[in-house]
Amino acid sequence: MKTDLLRALQRFLGSEAILSRPDDLVLYEYDGSVEKARPELVVFPSTTEDVVRIVRLAAEHDVPIVGRGAGTGLSGGALARGGGVMIVFARMNKILEVDYENLRAVVQPGVVNLDLTRAVEHAGLYFAPDPSSQKACTIGGNVSENAGGPHTLAYGVTTNHVTGLELVLPNGELARVGGKVADPLGYDLCGLFVGSEGTLALVTEITVKLSRKPEAVKTLLGVFETIDDATETVVELTARAVTPAACEMLDGWTLCAVEDYVHAGFPRDCGAVLLIEIEGLAESVVAQSAVVDEVCRLHHAREVRVARDNAERELLWKGRKNAFGALGRLAPSNYVLDAVIPRSKLPRALRRICEIGRERGLQVGNIFHAGDGNLHPLVLFDPRSREQYERAMRASEDIVRFCVELGGSLTGEHGVGMEKSELMPLLFSEDDFALMRRIHDAFNPDALLNPGKIFPLGKGCGEIRIRTQTAHAGPA
Amino acid sequence: MTISNERALSRLEAALGRTIAFSEPSDCAKYAVDGFAPATVVRPRSVDEAAEAVRFAGSEKLAMIACGARTKPGIGMPPAHYDIALDICELRSVAHYDPGDLTLSVDAGMTLSAIEHLLAEKNQFLPLAVPFSARATIGGTIASGIDSTLRQGYGTARDFLIGAEFVNGTGALTKSGGRVVKNVTGYDLHKLLIGSLGTLAVITRLNFRTFPRPTLRRGFLAAFDDEQGALSLRQRITGSPLTPALLEILSPDASRILFGPESKSGALQVGSGSWHVCVGYEGSAELCERYGRDLSRIAQESAARDRLLIGEQRFALLAERLREALPLLMQASPLPIVFRFQGLLAETAALIRALRSFAASSWTPSAMLVRSHGVLHLALLPGVPEESVLKQAAYFWKSVESLRGKLDFHASIQFCPAEWKGELNVWGAPPPGLALMRRVKSAFDPQNIFAPGRFVGGI
Repeated sequence: MKTDLLRALQRFLGSEAILSRPDDLVLYEYDGSVEKARPELVVFPSTTEDVVRIVRLAAEHDVPIVGRGAGTGLSGGALARGGGVMIVFARMNKILEVDYENLRAVVQPGVVNLDLTRAVEHAGLYFAPDPSSQKACTIGGNVSENAGGPHTLAYGVTTNHVTGLELVLPNGELARVGGKVADPLGYDLCGLFVGSEGTLALVTEITVKLSRKPEAVKTLLGVFETIDDATETVVELTARAVTPAACEMLDGWTLCAVEDYVHAGFPRDCGAVLLIEIEGLAESVVAQSAVVDEVCRLHHAREVRVARDNAERELLWKGRKNAFGALGRLAPSNYVLDAVIPRSKLPRALRRICEIGRERGLQVGNIFHAGDGNLHPLVLFDPRSREQYERAMRASEDIVRFCVELGGSLTGEHGVGMEKSELMPLLFSEDDFALMRRIHDAFNPDALLNPGKIFPLGKGCGEIRIRTQTAHAGPA
Repeated sequence: MTISNERALSRLEAALGRTIAFSEPSDCAKYAVDGFAPATVVRPRSVDEAAEAVRFAGSEKLAMIACGARTKPGIGMPPAHYDIALDICELRSVAHYDPGDLTLSVDAGMTLSAIEHLLAEKNQFLPLAVPFSARATIGGTIASGIDSTLRQGYGTARDFLIGAEFVNGTGALTKSGGRVVKNVTGYDLHKLLIGSLGTLAVITRLNFRTFPRPTLRRGFLAAFDDEQGALSLRQRITGSPLTPALLEILSPDASRILFGPESKSGALQVGSGSWHVCVGYEGSAELCERYGRDLSRIAQESAARDRLLIGEQRFALLAERLREALPLLMQASPLPIVFRFQGLLAETAALIRALRSFAASSWTPSAMLVRSHGVLHLALLPGVPEESVLKQAAYFWKSVESLRGKLDFHASIQFCPAEWKGELNVWGAPPPGLALMRRVKSAFDPQNIFAPGRFVGGI
């Protein structure tokens, strides 16, 4: 790192907004994924102007930059693969405006997802995207990764809830796309930037839609002896046109770990459960719940439990949303995969995932968004053993490849990042990459912003910027 | 058409064969856009042929406009150049339909009605209730970005288009998204195609999530003396737990044209001189009864002059008239001009007031459709095709500009006589982000061969 860049940053940000000591930087070398990459400097801007100045200085010094929210991402999207300056948005965490009449909020990127819902729920409103990490993850990160969550089954992912962005391009240029009014004239630039994984621009302000809470909610827990029965239930619910707000599956093994941790009353001796939430008008909730109950029983559900009150409902969801944390107690490390398959293929996919675990001699848990076919197999391993680490990585790749063979996709909500960039050729041709690269280069021509993401190294933008000191995760 | 272009086009005919590429003036005239006819029409039978035509256009620097059934070629500015029409209607196969997964992948030339029939067999549908529905192709519907009357309940194509394949300006077949309902792999390029008027790529295939067909579809109409009453009912509905599929407001003139005694709308005659709120809702009989009950009560509280519950059959008629509202309004005048606005819900009343006053000052009859999510269509409907109408339209359009800074909205002219476009500039003031849009255009179409000049800011 050039010392004159550090000095220039210190001059306008102050040294309390900059980390440069190795033992501070080490905290920013990882996120929720198994990848690692250490930045050379971490800076904490407080305003959009700060961001513009940081980006300009970095560009002048030809140093890569990467934006970061809370670092909860699961694909290495917020890691400094090219070293350089990491811009952490933790201090840009203000809700700038809530427009109740027009159902919009304007927020800074560092606002925590759940904090926005908390700020507007008194008016019967909420922010619909609800990743499991919503207590910690930021809306800026949600925008970069186009984050999902359990309830995106009914309400769509982040991109369906963003109408405007303020952007800082990699040359320091400030731009606005969209606003409070939906679908502006011209190309849908919000649609392009949301989910571009921080490779086109940094987001410094976001205008989001607020949603109205439904009149009635019913949460059901279907308990099954086998995983097959649970997945067949999901297939039939989809085919019967039941439209739950959420439809989550947890396998029996995962459930035991979760129950030990959250004591939500989950059974310890079943093959799998489905956590299904029906929302809407009271009449519709009653009718759809009856169909859910019927379909679950048709597929041999041992029991279909209905949450009696809000406390019971919250407990069930606590179990679901803390499941990954619960599994952290069972092995030194775990690798949460993210892949999508057509919902009609769920039973086959789950059977194959279990087989792959057995073939590779690894425990694989399954906690996922069954309703939209978004799988999250979770591979447990000990990273201190290189052999085990490599086996886990091979198992993960087997699973993802199988999902693609079924007509699925590499990632449903975590993003490609550096985790899956090398797998992108499974889905995309040279011509596809060529167009994506031209889009990338149209905004980020020197690959100074978040290098080494999305594109496979060698095909991508800025591969030359991947510096040798950047280390992959794995045994030390 | 230069001589070198003519030679190039005969080479194109030679390369693709005369059954696919033809240059008879009478054929070309059918593909005119705003009075400009192409020199050649290409009707590819396969994606490879479409890509070959694009590569040819690129190598010869010829301008190309892709089209479907040509039901609404008048959207946008006249093309700066136009050599080749690329008619994608022969590309109309179903690539993939998995009813159990509620996903569909079809070629861009498939018509909406063919898709409707296909999905109906499995009791599903695609919530794109757009005008010219009998003939329109799915490719044209997406490329034009035309409004659907089901937006209130189902959102826009942006919410259920899950992937696309397209030939970009280099002639390469490329894709974005996939066939799964949740997917964040790679850039979301297919979203850029929606409403891009063919300026980025030739769309060849589109993937959607489909929706279960509701058991029943019913409706509700309420009549009001003024727009305030109608808007107040709308506000009460959107503020209630009800989530109707359709929610539109018609001005008295729009009501008369769509549903008046001369409208051939049969059983749906509505009273004259009123603003009408139209609501469509769906689901089980029990759910529909709840809607009917709640809507009647809310309408009464909003002091509606009349209320009417509409059963399935009559609702189908209502929904069809609303879906076809734009062409129906345009048929009501020899020189119709249709403006499209999009603003904030809380500012709709102010926008309506301003627009009505501008329309009144321009001495031109007008009709207004207040659609969901802040979309508003205003049609100026002069009774006689006089020269002065252009001046009146220009006055109206200029007046709209005076609202900038006072209200948050964007506006365009969706349909008007081609020869007026030079004076009216249908896209209005350049939108924010135009410089970024140009970068997107260059990435997709580096040689600027696709529909040059038709889009926002001269793109």
